[in-house]
Amino acid sequence: MSTAATTVAPRAPGSPIISRIVIYGLLGLFALVYLIPFFVMLLTSLKPMPEIQHGNILALPKEPTLDPWIRAWGEACVGLTCEGIHGYFWNSIKMVVPAVAISTLLGALNGYVLTKWRFPGHRLVFGLMLFACFIPFQAVLLPMATVLGTFGQFGKTLINLTGMNFGFGNPTVNLVFVHVVYGLGFTTLFFRNYYEAFPTELIKAAMVDGAGFFQIFRRILLPNSLPIIVVTVIYQFTNIWNDFLFASAYAGSGDVMPMTVALNNVVNTSTGVVEYNVNMAAAMIAALPTLLVYILAGRYFVRGLMAGAVKG
Amino acid sequence: MAFLEIDRLVKRFGNVDVLKGISLSVEEGGFLVLVGPSGCGKSTLLSMIAGLDSISDGEVRINGRRVNELHPSQRDIAMVFQSYALYPNMTVGENIAFGLEMRGVAKAEREAAVARVAEMLQIGHLLKRKPSQLSGGQRQRVAMGRALVRNPQVFLFDEPLSNLDAKLRVDMRTEIKRLHQRMGTTIVYVTHDQIEAMTLATQIAVLRDGVLQQFGTPAEIYNNPVNLFVADFMGSPSMNLVPASVRSEDGRTVVALARANENDLILDPGPASERLGRVIGQEVLLGIRPEAITDHDGADRNARTLVDADCHVEVVEPAGSDTFVVTQLGGKHVIARMRSDAAVRGGQRAPFTFNMDKAVFFDPKSEQRVA
Repeated sequence: MSTAATTVAPRAPGSPIISRIVIYGLLGLFALVYLIPFFVMLLTSLKPMPEIQHGNILALPKEPTLDPWIRAWGEACVGLTCEGIHGYFWNSIKMVVPAVAISTLLGALNGYVLTKWRFPGHRLVFGLMLFACFIPFQAVLLPMATVLGTFGQFGKTLINLTGMNFGFGNPTVNLVFVHVVYGLGFTTLFFRNYYEAFPTELIKAAMVDGAGFFQIFRRILLPNSLPIIVVTVIYQFTNIWNDFLFASAYAGSGDVMPMTVALNNVVNTSTGVVEYNVNMAAAMIAALPTLLVYILAGRYFVRGLMAGAVKG
Repeated sequence: MAFLEIDRLVKRFGNVDVLKGISLSVEEGGFLVLVGPSGCGKSTLLSMIAGLDSISDGEVRINGRRVNELHPSQRDIAMVFQSYALYPNMTVGENIAFGLEMRGVAKAEREAAVARVAEMLQIGHLLKRKPSQLSGGQRQRVAMGRALVRNPQVFLFDEPLSNLDAKLRVDMRTEIKRLHQRMGTTIVYVTHDQIEAMTLATQIAVLRDGVLQQFGTPAEIYNNPVNLFVADFMGSPSMNLVPASVRSEDGRTVVALARANENDLILDPGPASERLGRVIGQEVLLGIRPEAITDHDGADRNARTLVDADCHVEVVEPAGSDTFVVTQLGGKHVIARMRSDAAVRGGQRAPFTFNMDKAVFFDPKSEQRVA
């Protein structure tokens, strides 16, 4: 009797329990591979130096201490100054927040125009914006340096004329500019694809209701874009926060460096003993904001990536 | 001068003319239904009246004012969309008030207007809900509320009932008609459903392939179709269209319908005799609606030309209120609409009565009406 039942029900070959074990076993293995370095970093950052020099790398700290974290934040040496990384942390925040906000907003606006206010040649424009996604960072380094140099010159002229440079020539402003320009291709792509599936009748209804271009954008489109906004913010935040190349090229020295460059300098600055625990703590601090963004908004990330995949 | 005038309107996409010079007009308080199969241009025409599609040529006038260049919001129109197009991020109340808000109406006044419309449509208890929490019929009401609240000169409806199930569609149809009678506002209504067109309209415009086929009252369209397309499109079950030949017998003009294994059925064409007299010897298509072929007792007593004939019954379809009887004439299935208690059985012969007052005739080649 049981054989008859099993032949009727369509089922994958092999026992379901075994396939479950294989699936979860593999997943667990990969998770382990990813988590072990993180685990070692965390452990090392909580150990005093002698324990690191004489102990096992995977051993739990015998005398856990937050001292390396405090030193990394306030005392670690970056080049010649030994004031910790907190200043550079704020540099990064000052760069990331405006860059993410501006590039996301402009991407949304681009997506809105490219889907709901189509003009002749809109495909070409979108194609060119897509092309921007595939230009390697290295290719734009020198041209961008020239552009930023011009900004700096303009800033000097402004100082002579008005006594203020209005941000022209400021390294943080430069980085915001670079990241906005470089991020626009991606943010436009995200929003265009999301708005492509957005019902056009809603826009028409709003037009009949008397809403203008920006009113429709602000009142109808943006409030219904939360999933794709979250995706874009996570993507842009992670990319800009983790960027090293632009940061080191355009703000690579002095007290204007972003976190990534400063971290590199912390690790490279040797004052005799290599303080692994402080280095690890600094690296953890550098990674925290992106982790936080993932934890807070991550569930929207998958949802947003799937949105629009199936219409209706 | 009519209230809404559409004057030789053309819509062109590249070299393709989607609408080929449509001229229509509606009196104030009229209910114009644009009907036709999908792709005939009826929705495009509505969009052009609304201002959501540009006008390639011709003119649209509302209350004597040319509106071609006006933005949709300045044409004093309101539109109900097929998908309802309710703003998902706003509550029902906010949805209805949005148009007023965009026009700078004060908050207290907006609330009063929303309350008035909500009461009229019996959606007062839904005002705090989001559109996603509503059923199809409720969404439909909200969409109408959003149009009603602005008190526009013209309402535009784009297939508003096509997303509802059959029963709800009939209820909402009645409701729209009741609202129209109560408000007296001019309405332009697009549908592909000819029953909706017949029940709602004061004027029907039948479109096909961007060309206006016929424009008239529902009765004109139904009883006097100008061509084969209109005859076939309007009415359910649709009009019987039977090949026939026009002959002269004893000085009278008659039409002959071929029957299988039998003599031709000879019918007196009634009021069409005179004009058919000019095409004696030619083939025509006889158009006669199912309700004009009945059992003898069910025939219209005021009809002047009733022809009785025995025909072979193929199938009998009782529909409760009536019985549809199918026979074969001229190689086509012909449906007769008899009383439900008519004694007819499939496979037997039965008497049919043809009300030839209602018969119309078409040229099979040009598809135009000949008589």
